[in-house]
Amino acid sequence: MTYEEILKDLVEHDKRFMVLTAENRAAIRNLPDQIGDRFIDTGITEQTLVGVSAGLALRGRIPVAHALATFLTMRAFEFIRTDVGISGLPVKLVGGFSGFLSEANGPTHQAIEDVSIMRGIPNVNVFCPADEEDMLIGLRKVLLSPDPFYIRYINTKPAVRHSKDFEIGKAELIGEGTDITLLTYGLMFAEALKAREILEMSGYSTGLVNMRTLKPIDEEVILRAAESTELLVTIEDHFVTGGLYSIVCEAIVRNNHKAEVLPIALQNTWFKPALLADVLEYEGFTGEAIADKVLSRMKQHDYRK
Amino acid sequence: MEQPKINELKDIAFKVREHIIRMSGDGGCFIGASLSCADLMVYLYKQFLNVNPGNLNDPERDYLFLSKGHDVPALYGTFAELGFIERSRLSNHLKTNDFIYWHPNMNIPGIEFYSGSLGHSLSVAIGVALDCKIKGQTNKIVVVLGDGELNEGSIWEGALVAAAKKLDNIVAVVDRNKFQANIETEKLLPLESISAKFEAFGWKTSTADGHDFESLERSFSNLPYEKDRPSLIVAETIRGKGLPSIEAQANRWFVNFSAEEVRELLAELHGGKTTTLTSEEIIAR
Repeated sequence: MTYEEILKDLVEHDKRFMVLTAENRAAIRNLPDQIGDRFIDTGITEQTLVGVSAGLALRGRIPVAHALATFLTMRAFEFIRTDVGISGLPVKLVGGFSGFLSEANGPTHQAIEDVSIMRGIPNVNVFCPADEEDMLIGLRKVLLSPDPFYIRYINTKPAVRHSKDFEIGKAELIGEGTDITLLTYGLMFAEALKAREILEMSGYSTGLVNMRTLKPIDEEVILRAAESTELLVTIEDHFVTGGLYSIVCEAIVRNNHKAEVLPIALQNTWFKPALLADVLEYEGFTGEAIADKVLSRMKQHDYRK
Repeated sequence: MEQPKINELKDIAFKVREHIIRMSGDGGCFIGASLSCADLMVYLYKQFLNVNPGNLNDPERDYLFLSKGHDVPALYGTFAELGFIERSRLSNHLKTNDFIYWHPNMNIPGIEFYSGSLGHSLSVAIGVALDCKIKGQTNKIVVVLGDGELNEGSIWEGALVAAAKKLDNIVAVVDRNKFQANIETEKLLPLESISAKFEAFGWKTSTADGHDFESLERSFSNLPYEKDRPSLIVAETIRGKGLPSIEAQANRWFVNFSAEEVRELLAELHGGKTTTLTSEEIIAR
């Protein structure tokens, strides 16, 4: 089933589901004709979109609300925090074109702090699937969960066959290593996969973890990687502040563990607007560039030995 | 409206004002706005809305969203008088053993949703109204807005959306006391004509004297004013209504009165002489 087919199926079989958008129909173009009054387009009104969703949820509905990730999480931030966070109503917020997926739109459209600000809201959980297949595997459980969720929508082709075994708060372990563990989510999963291959060929036993949900977070997988490997690498198309790097560091410190963590993330500025492949190249987020950064860090290790 | 009914409503509103004045000491409250909408709250809950302590979970009850949440003492007082909460709970105002604080929250029976941040409740009400429409239910959804609150852009988003979705089950009421936190509304961002603005957005409107139950009854008795259109009532009110010593004064928005002043204000409400207040205002914004 496609994303739209899953939503349609839920709407048809579960009276609670409603599909909404603030006039961003990229992911749901066919639904208006198919689900009638269970589809609501509020116009370019992200704040109202979130408030309306909270109102629907008060009435027992499960609204699945779509907008561009930047405007959804930032223009309407205080509505999410106040109307969804405080109440804990099961509103599902679907942000499109997050991270590098905004491509050439420029900084206005770059949602690269969305994970940080969404996870900072009590009650609001965060699902960042690696690609379309991964998203579809987890979608039903996320939408049916009693909690509010922010979903980083992604429709890229899968780089691997993902495990159908999906649990909220459980990461997908692609492989374990004894030297390095790559921890990642979303779009960067595919590049991390390539980086892993290069690192393995360079003689480093390298694990790879697809985090899937960043809140709740799979602390166990992080702590196990900290125990069993020399270097943890967090890879994300997100600012270094508040995202996976922060989450991993928090988990390690909170549990009195020690680890060396290399962040591969956007630093204190927005990325170069361009087509995706060129963005990855320019910003140093291709599998090769990631592997280079990790290799140079590992060489420092080897030197120290 | 029959005279005995008017007297009954006046009597309840008087008691609500007493509650509000008591809440203005020992930590204080937003007294001015609470007094301006006290009559409106009593009218709505006693006379207009199909909501009572026995039907708070009935999906076909009427809804009221207090969007300008800082005047919640008027709601607490009304709820205490109409049996939604025990009167004794009002003495828990601002105490950690209860949830009777400066803005509305869902731990109080009868309060439909959290508010306090201005410009939110219209959109929440639209969600509820849409769901009622889809289900073919005829509940009325009332949203009480402040006039100062109309500064918020999200109100005008909501005005567009409610009209576009033909939500004639929504009734927005503006407590038109002509003040916002620090200043008269027309001296900051002039709002007039509120009615013309909403009419231009596709609403149908009327104006009422927000302290006159018969006038309120006239505005609320023939809703919706037009099929498929949301309704707006501008309730003309006086900030601090009932206490001449604080009526229509810019510095009596949030106040924490001394125990002596609270006693004097209660005496003033009962027809005694105008109180001489010394407590300074506290502007919480």
